[in-house]
Amino acid sequence: MAMEVTQILLNAQSVDGTIRKQAEESLKQFLEQNLPIFLLSLSRELANNDKPVDSRKLAGLILKNALDAKEQHRKNELTQRWLSLDMAIKTQIKGCLLQTLSSPVPDARSTASQVIAKIAGIELPHNQWPELIGSLLSNIHQLKPHEKQATLETLGYMCEEVSPDVVDQDQVNRILTAVVQGMNASEGNSDVRLAATKALYNALGFAHVNFTNDMERDYIMRVVCEATLSPDLKIRQAAFECLVAISSTYYEKLAAYMQDIFSITAKAVREDEEPVALQAIEFWSSICDEEIDILDEYGTDFSADSEVHCFYFIKQALPALVPMLLETLLKQEEDQDLDEGAWNIAMAGGTCLGLVARTVGDDIVPLVMPFIQENITKPDWRQREAATYAFGSILEGPSPDKLTPVVNVALNFMLTALIKDPNNHVKDTAAWTLGRIFEFLHGSAMETPIITHENCQQILSVLLQSMKDVPNVAEKACGALYFLAQGFEDASSSSSPLPPFFQEIIQALLTVTRREDAGESRLRTAAYETLNEVVRCSTDETALTVMQLAPVIMLELHKTLEMQKLSSEEREKQNELQGLLCGCLQVLIQKLGAAEPTKYVFMQYADQIMDLFLRVFASRNATVHEEAMLAIGALAYATGPNFVKYMQGFYPYLEMGLQNFEEYQVCAITVGVVGDLCRALEDKILPFCDGIMTQLLKDLSSNQLHRSVKPPIFSCFGDIALAIGENFEKYLIYAMPMLQSAAELSVHVSSADDEMIEYTNQLRNGILEAYSGVFQGFKSSLKTQLLLPYAPVVLQFLDSLYKEKDMDDAVMKTAIGVLGDLADTLGSNASALINQSVSSKDFLEECLSSDDHLIKESAEWAKLAISRAISG
Amino acid sequence: MAPHDLRRPFKRAAISDQQRRRELALQRQAEQRANSQARARALASSLLSFPSSPQSEPEFDLETEQETEEPTTVVSSVLEASKLKGSEARRWFARQLMLPEWMIDVPPHLDNDWYVFPRPAGKRCFVVSSNGTTVSRLRNGSVLHYFPSALPNGARNKDVSGPASAYCILDCIFHESDQTYYVIDMVCWRGYSLYDCTAEFRFFWLNSKLVETGACNPPSTYHRYRFSVVSIYDCNQMGLHAAYAGSMPFSRDGLLFYNKHAHYQTGNTPLALVWKDEHCSQYFLDTDSKGEVPALQQVVLELQDDGKLVTSDDPPVVFGSLDGEFVQKSGLRSGNLLRFAIKDEGARIVDGKLELCDTQYVGKSNRARAFADSYSKVFFQYAARHSPLRMGDLLASIQPHISQDEKTLDVEMAG
Repeated sequence: MAMEVTQILLNAQSVDGTIRKQAEESLKQFLEQNLPIFLLSLSRELANNDKPVDSRKLAGLILKNALDAKEQHRKNELTQRWLSLDMAIKTQIKGCLLQTLSSPVPDARSTASQVIAKIAGIELPHNQWPELIGSLLSNIHQLKPHEKQATLETLGYMCEEVSPDVVDQDQVNRILTAVVQGMNASEGNSDVRLAATKALYNALGFAHVNFTNDMERDYIMRVVCEATLSPDLKIRQAAFECLVAISSTYYEKLAAYMQDIFSITAKAVREDEEPVALQAIEFWSSICDEEIDILDEYGTDFSADSEVHCFYFIKQALPALVPMLLETLLKQEEDQDLDEGAWNIAMAGGTCLGLVARTVGDDIVPLVMPFIQENITKPDWRQREAATYAFGSILEGPSPDKLTPVVNVALNFMLTALIKDPNNHVKDTAAWTLGRIFEFLHGSAMETPIITHENCQQILSVLLQSMKDVPNVAEKACGALYFLAQGFEDASSSSSPLPPFFQEIIQALLTVTRREDAGESRLRTAAYETLNEVVRCSTDETALTVMQLAPVIMLELHKTLEMQKLSSEEREKQNELQGLLCGCLQVLIQKLGAAEPTKYVFMQYADQIMDLFLRVFASRNATVHEEAMLAIGALAYATGPNFVKYMQGFYPYLEMGLQNFEEYQVCAITVGVVGDLCRALEDKILPFCDGIMTQLLKDLSSNQLHRSVKPPIFSCFGDIALAIGENFEKYLIYAMPMLQSAAELSVHVSSADDEMIEYTNQLRNGILEAYSGVFQGFKSSLKTQLLLPYAPVVLQFLDSLYKEKDMDDAVMKTAIGVLGDLADTLGSNASALINQSVSSKDFLEECLSSDDHLIKESAEWAKLAISRAISG
Repeated sequence: MAPHDLRRPFKRAAISDQQRRRELALQRQAEQRANSQARARALASSLLSFPSSPQSEPEFDLETEQETEEPTTVVSSVLEASKLKGSEARRWFARQLMLPEWMIDVPPHLDNDWYVFPRPAGKRCFVVSSNGTTVSRLRNGSVLHYFPSALPNGARNKDVSGPASAYCILDCIFHESDQTYYVIDMVCWRGYSLYDCTAEFRFFWLNSKLVETGACNPPSTYHRYRFSVVSIYDCNQMGLHAAYAGSMPFSRDGLLFYNKHAHYQTGNTPLALVWKDEHCSQYFLDTDSKGEVPALQQVVLELQDDGKLVTSDDPPVVFGSLDGEFVQKSGLRSGNLLRFAIKDEGARIVDGKLELCDTQYVGKSNRARAFADSYSKVFFQYAARHSPLRMGDLLASIQPHISQDEKTLDVEMAG
């Protein structure tokens, strides 16, 4: 077979489609017939220096794919499959792989490195292959450079695959020692040094203990800083990548090195090649991210026990940092605004300047204003653009008090530039800056309004005119209009200056959506998004115009459905457009459905809209489904019980949505829509409940479904129970045990990371909402005794939550409400149980004295219900 | 070993409108779920009835209205009732007040099981706050005031808005001279029914919740009338004395006694009692329409189909009958409320029960009246004219006394 494998692997890369297909088919057969032998022969192929490099590479790649997959479910399967393989064969495979590391063929070594890392990722957590790290490091100093390079690369990949807690500190020390020595300037071979530098990037997560040791940390930092000065561009870039990673992982350990790092980065930003300069700027952006997070979390109020301390690195570096960043702004590329993927030093520098402004606030303004004043009127477009961009960048962070006087002067400047500047790039940035002004300095919370009845007309006429400019400028003008409208969100009819121009604004936006070139620069999307925001923020005064928009958007959607025989590119465009139109209709439904008079008139369109949505579902696109689903939820709520007439037609798509495991967002949104339907239809949803409950129960049992969908499913049980009341009886035997086992799992937070804590609380909340709905649903029924057997479990859950002391406010509110619901429905039957429960009383007392208004209200309800239960 | 993508969002809003739509939808769903939950919790489990068709209909004339008997159903929500308009609302609310019986003799365990409080003189009414307005209705269901108030959902004022279901129903007496609503009981609070709660709990809730809302503050733009709580006492000697003679901001019209363990029960109930004498009420003896005490005691009774004259009690007590000929001649109809005077020696007490034997027809009663007199009222008024129940009798019943059943407990000496 050995001979055969080589040929098949080569054939699988043949230019001839037939040969390729046949070869792929054979490989698949081998894999299915005898997996262990197949994998072994692949590893032998990879290890054999007599074989062609192409067959070796593909052999390695197939091995790698047999060990790992992107999709979590598949990945778990592959892990289990590898673990269950025969030990002796696995030992042979691993032997071949390690042997390959000394191959003279770089591609073979590199492929073997990756496969070894994948196997380590599976085996180390199971305490298998304990000798791996030792055997890699045993004679590292005696290795030839190419072997050393492969070994370091393998260690790097391994650190990427394996979690730090499965490698003991002793081995970590040995890895770091080898890696950092490899990075040292004394290492003469630059391939080795590069591999070591890249390996350190992945190994940094293992170095927590070493970073607390001053000597070791100093050594690592010195070697990294020296590597940023290497004559080899790739090494310099990789070293800066390490610095960026260190800035976020070891922020609190950096104080001693900041002076040096500033010099290194400043030199790189000013003199080095772009890939290196970009990393150097990224270092400062990353420090800003850290400090913004710390300041957000703790404010400026640090006490001795604060977990993280802010070192104010940015504030200290400010006088030197800002001029360095301002210089970068002048290094724009022509037409960078037209290239979606563009990322250059000017863009990175401006972005970093914006982060610095957010970090330090007012202090940045006097450092930037001279640059703006000096450059904004210069004949060179680069200077005008840089000045404009600098201004736009610092609008988020400093206080309105500091900015408003400047902005009042700048506003006219920007409006003039947007119309009159000959340079497209300057106009783009001017429009963006206007958007930033409106986003951060305009709105009901501001003391001095930027936009008044006096200047509103001028601003609007500039923006509407710019919406006819080239697509990238028009897109920014739409963005500015978006924030202009948003600022009037809370304004009453009398205080908003928009109503007289409302019709004109809507018309202008619709015109943009129909531009031939609206596909460029995201222009069409921006126009619809702005249209949505304008509608959302409109007042009663303009309700009629909003109403007239409905048939216009419906017609647009209708037109997309009539398109025939589309190319795949056209179909993509059609999907995008349908998504936007469904989104817009959703906003219209919500706006018009929110007030009785407009709702009444709007309902005349309901049949047609629903018909359009159902036709939209014929598309296979997830985003479109999501948008249509959201819109239907809003429509159901606005329609109320009459929505039942659409249920027959809609139900198949509802079920389809609930089955959509792959695109879990669609599934999650569909679950939310079931809730809308419950509230709209109430008991009229009953005929569909068997199907819905079946799907929801299947979803919960599936390990394929993204976990984030599970909490809303539990909440949805509550919605259904509340809608159908005692008819929920037949689902109790399925739903209640699922709730119980989920409740037991959710009592303890399984890990300390924030995301897990948040998820656990969402899960608890969903479970409690389900209980709440079930109890309330049965309240006026004669069958309340059916719930009695479940009551102890529920009370026990509440007891455990109270004991754990780690629930968030939302859970606390829901939990204490459930206690009330239980008492309310079970009445005197419940009072004995509540009396027996360990902590109901304390829990209730704690909630009654809560500062959180919602918790208190919920607790008062519980107290009342319990009191009634006891006296009844 | 790919380091993270360097590119950061450039000249873009941080959040996409699609994400915003998704979040707004989730927010809407969460709010609406909370609303349905609040509505479910507010569904009164008490059995109140109200007309099954709450659509607004043309206003009826009072006379014809009494003949329109609509089917009634078990109410699901007091909120529904608060949406009733016109005549339906009047009829519904007329049945919702708890009406104390008149105290004819002293109930046992007065000191342990009862509260006492002074009854402010004025108009007994139901105050409902909902949907940004407050309405007070008299015992016969007619509207006394429409006004804004600081009660939950009692005014169109942004600050105090809450879920639409957060309505309140208070049992009040409107005291004319200081234009104050004295709250004597709490029936629903923020949508939660207190019908099934004991008086003890209702009074506790009333005292802790009312002040929080600012309803007891002096009148202002969004709060036209002041609300006030009445001091409620345990019915011991001190409490009884305070309620009877203590200084009050209002003029007193007798005392109310509430059994601590009783729920709020609509209609007449012996678990709430009213008592007066000439010292604590200027209305000890009933007055006529001119405000004078008539020479003979007058009673209002309801005429039934069979000519029987009955009280408003459930079941009604029969106090005599009219013959068909008289009914026809006088143009009376079943359901009419008729006024009679009790002649001297026209009543007697047999086995502790009052019987009327000689009454004289005076005429139809005032149209505003919704009910006939209750048996206990007739009895109390009769007793008031002959051998009234005195304060001394009440005090005597709660004198500390040593019961023979009481065991003397051993006391451990600690020396």
